Amino acid sequence: MTTVDAPSALLDRALALHPQVALRPEPFGALAYHYDTRRLVFLKHPDVVRVVRALGSHETVAAALVACDISSDRFPAFERALMSLIESEMLCDRAG
Amino acid sequence: MTALVEQLKGGLEAPICLTWELTYACNLECVHCLSSSGRRDPRELTTDEAKAVLDELHDLQVFYINIGGGEPMIRRDFFELVEYSIARGIGVKFSTNGAFIDAEKARRLAAMDYLDIQISLDGTDADTNDAVRGDGSYATALRAMDHLRDAGFGPFKISVVVTRHNVDQLDEFKALADAYGAQLRITRLRPSGRGADTWHDLHPTNAQQRQIYDWLLAHGEHVLTGDSFFHLNALGDQNLPGLNLCGAGRVVCLIDPVGDVYACPFVIHDEFKAGSVRETGGFSRIWKQSDLFLGLREPQSAGACASCGSYDACQGGCMAAKFFTGLPLDGPDPECVGGEGELALSGQTAGSAPRPMMDHSKPPRVTPVALVRK
Ligand code: SF4
Ligand code: SF4
Repeated sequence: MTTVDAPSALLDRALALHPQVALRPEPFGALAYHYDTRRLVFLKHPDVVRVVRALGSHETVAAALVACDISSDRFPAFERALMSLIESEMLCDRAG
Repeated sequence: MTALVEQLKGGLEAPICLTWELTYACNLECVHCLSSSGRRDPRELTTDEAKAVLDELHDLQVFYINIGGGEPMIRRDFFELVEYSIARGIGVKFSTNGAFIDAEKARRLAAMDYLDIQISLDGTDADTNDAVRGDGSYATALRAMDHLRDAGFGPFKISVVVTRHNVDQLDEFKALADAYGAQLRITRLRPSGRGADTWHDLHPTNAQQRQIYDWLLAHGEHVLTGDSFFHLNALGDQNLPGLNLCGAGRVVCLIDPVGDVYACPFVIHDEFKAGSVRETGGFSRIWKQSDLFLGLREPQSAGACASCGSYDACQGGCMAAKFFTGLPLDGPDPECVGGEGELALSGQTAGSAPRPMMDHSKPPRVTPVALVRK
């Protein structure tokens, strides 16, 4: 069990959607369902959905945020959202 | 009221909680059966039709389905359909009375991923359980639980409908579930199906409602309840865990064995029938465009509940419970903890409540009369 990183370290991590998680677009954003834990999570903003989808194809969280045109003053809010998705195992670190 | 609940009220692209009753056939005849099951309906969806529905649910990205009945394992293609569903990325949770789970089937079930099982049990002893579910059904359920445990299925669920007679057994149910490494699920008795005739004698008293609320506040984090008890939120400042709104047609729906789609498994009645998966456009059209479902997603009036300070917490309760007790849909739940429902029921003409439809109960057994010549 690793300890929860300070939010600042999060920007440098390489994350991806957990392979057992499916995303379904919804009017408010998207629903994420984890087939192993059977957990359902609401992604309540379309921008969060775009970032989550982009994570897997960028070296770092910061790069994904930039690629999605998220201005840096909004980074802290996104870091909080992503941290909670890591805690619910919807997101995971990418190997290698 | 959270923004999320407001969002859910407007409906989703696809249901979260889709119940699919595969058959009306059942080996039991529980007195509170929500679908009045017993006999198979000859118009039941064929294997191919059922697979076509699963294809559609796959395209809609439905994450999982709740399979029920009747007794779903009676269908000869039960495993075929479950395996097909899972292969299409649709997880399966199914409810069973356990009669068809022997050692071999338990092993087969244990080998499958994305499968959850709920064994129905309404008493922690045979007397309490069998009075509702029929003679021998307690022993049957426990045998199935033994098989699942021995096969290493993992945490299956024990599903209990809370009644006046088993409400004192909640601790024992919890202990039983713990002993099997299972998870407890408790749900509300609604006056649906054969339950319309037994609800008045079986539903928890007002004092027992408080008992359920207190018990769930203490144990609710580890017990599943779905959307069963949000009407109890009016009892205190603390909301119970679970879905706190009526999701009928918004996040919840039912596909019945003949392919008819209803707003919720507890409202099998023409008034809540949105169409059939056999019609052009199939399930998707019904979910996205049927007048009934679109109407249910409109803001609903609080009616007589509007002046109640607890409306935000309780939402006026369960639509099915109101409908089949003959109460207005925009008023208090028959089990309103403020006593408003009881009051409304007391002024009602007997027999004025709508009758459940699609009765598949078995014909009453003819007791042979011994002809004795005197
Ligand atoms: S009608 Fe009752 S059982 Fe059906 S979704 Fe609404 S609250 Fe739940
Ligand atoms: S009056 Fe309506 S809102 Fe108030 S507690 Fe009763 S059912 Fe709930």
